[in-house]
Amino acid sequence: MQDAIRFTSVSKAFGTVSALTDFEFHAPSGSITVLLGPNGAGKTTSVRLCTGAMTPDFGEIRVLGLDPGRDGELVRRRTGVVPPKPAFYDQLTGWENLEFAARIFEADAQSAREAAERFAIDDALDQEVAGYSTGMRTRLALARSVIHDPEVLLLDEPTAGLDPEASRAVLDLIRELAGKGRTIVMCTHLLHEAEGIADQVVLIDHGHARAVGSPDSLAKRYIADPIVIFDAENRSSLDMLEGRDGVLRMNRNGHIEVALDDLDRLPDLVSALVGAGARLTRVEPINPSLEDLYFEMQRQHREGAAS
Amino acid sequence: MRVPMVRAVASTHLKGLFKTRDYWVPLIILAGIFFIVVPLILLNVVQRVDRTPLMNQVADIIGTLPAAIQDNIQGETGGTRAAYAFAVYLLAPIAIVVPLTISSAVGANAIVGEREKGTGEFLAHSPLSLQEIYVGKLFAAFIPGYMATLVGFAIYALIVNVVVGPNVGGWFFPTTGWWLLIFWVVPPFILIALSLILRLSARVRSAASAHQASTLVTLPVIIMSYAAASGLIYSPTISALFIGIVAWALAIFLLLTGSRSLKRERLLGVASEA
Repeated sequence: MQDAIRFTSVSKAFGTVSALTDFEFHAPSGSITVLLGPNGAGKTTSVRLCTGAMTPDFGEIRVLGLDPGRDGELVRRRTGVVPPKPAFYDQLTGWENLEFAARIFEADAQSAREAAERFAIDDALDQEVAGYSTGMRTRLALARSVIHDPEVLLLDEPTAGLDPEASRAVLDLIRELAGKGRTIVMCTHLLHEAEGIADQVVLIDHGHARAVGSPDSLAKRYIADPIVIFDAENRSSLDMLEGRDGVLRMNRNGHIEVALDDLDRLPDLVSALVGAGARLTRVEPINPSLEDLYFEMQRQHREGAAS
Repeated sequence: MRVPMVRAVASTHLKGLFKTRDYWVPLIILAGIFFIVVPLILLNVVQRVDRTPLMNQVADIIGTLPAAIQDNIQGETGGTRAAYAFAVYLLAPIAIVVPLTISSAVGANAIVGEREKGTGEFLAHSPLSLQEIYVGKLFAAFIPGYMATLVGFAIYALIVNVVVGPNVGGWFFPTTGWWLLIFWVVPPFILIALSLILRLSARVRSAASAHQASTLVTLPVIIMSYAAASGLIYSPTISALFIGIVAWALAIFLLLTGSRSLKRERLLGVASEA
């Protein structure tokens, strides 16, 4: 798969404050990449560099094969952005704001209407934006960002200030857009938001990409020992797991949590238990959540830095 | 530079302005005071009071005008001659003060306002070129001031002709000098002031700073244009040609180079050099 976005050793500083340092990441075409990190980590700067709204001090950026610093206009035509605090011309109506966007992105009025319908803001288009709620503003910002059917969508905290229901609707729409082949880069500091949506996670901290990969690959890398929960009608039948090849430790907690050296051992263990007459009621590999991953990565980096 | 894009930027800005009552009500009041109220009162008073200390002062002022100008002043009585002189020669600077005041207020806020409202981020990520944004904003600031001047000028002409005309043999206003002033000299002076104000607006950190700094630009331009307007009215053809050419050349140069002051990072509000 070709990369829609590629950052190579990118550094950007504001005065003496370094926003990104040797930052590397790539977003494959048609994927959802989540830039995950605390506030001030460098996520917004990354988005701004993608469109050429800022230029890097060092390093190379390619978006859709173009250099945003040199071919910014071409990149921006093919890119949609939702900034962290979407702003509008508040005295104008929602429709007038969309119409302005349509004019400068050379899209037609029909596209603007369809974008508004897609994000369920079409009923409020005749109102002045000054009277919009946070959720309505976000939906209008999302509609504005897709008016020209961009190939790359950069969403900076797109669910900030939204209630859970509205957040879920936004995330569903992001999935839908990715399903249609759009490349999406989403910045968030909310771990649960990235969960289940990301094809790839880039953990940013203090301007560095601490870890990059799919949630699964990061889990394998950072949470070394997979955990499987076992339960049976007769729990003593599970005692035989102790000491078997691949079983690193067992933790009894009502059910039994077993740490394995490799998840591929699981079928053999289940066969052995069944063969020994255990009537299993639960065999559940635990997939670490992004939250587990995030804190584990942070812990390992802190330890690495300390040593 | 694409004209439809410039038009989109300017018309959106103007739409926002005209939906803001706080903006256009003072604009109408200002133009009304300068183009209607003051001339109406002044011309009526000057025509009606004769042989008063005020008239003596007016006569003194007229006496300082060049002989050729004094010969052009029409009217049989002192009051009529004074009203004619006021209408044609002495009130010319209002044609400069009004548009510059209105346009500089809009211009000062034009770019820094985008940054303060956060809409600068949208513009920064848009395919608009910096020149399109700059020129669009410049026209958004130019149009209200110049439109107010054109409308005010039409009303002023009507007032002058109705109040003074019957005493000098009919409608006489606008004179050649005023036509040239309004259509040939005022526009480049507004553009000169605006191109300087927009440079400031692109650099400062807040709208308040922009307004403060814009007075530094507006005042010298008003003085310069006041002098130009006076010279033009006194000697329409030569002065108008010369002043107009110089002013247009300067305005075009400043327009072409002005967009360099604008940076996308400044629209985002993060330029370290701001």
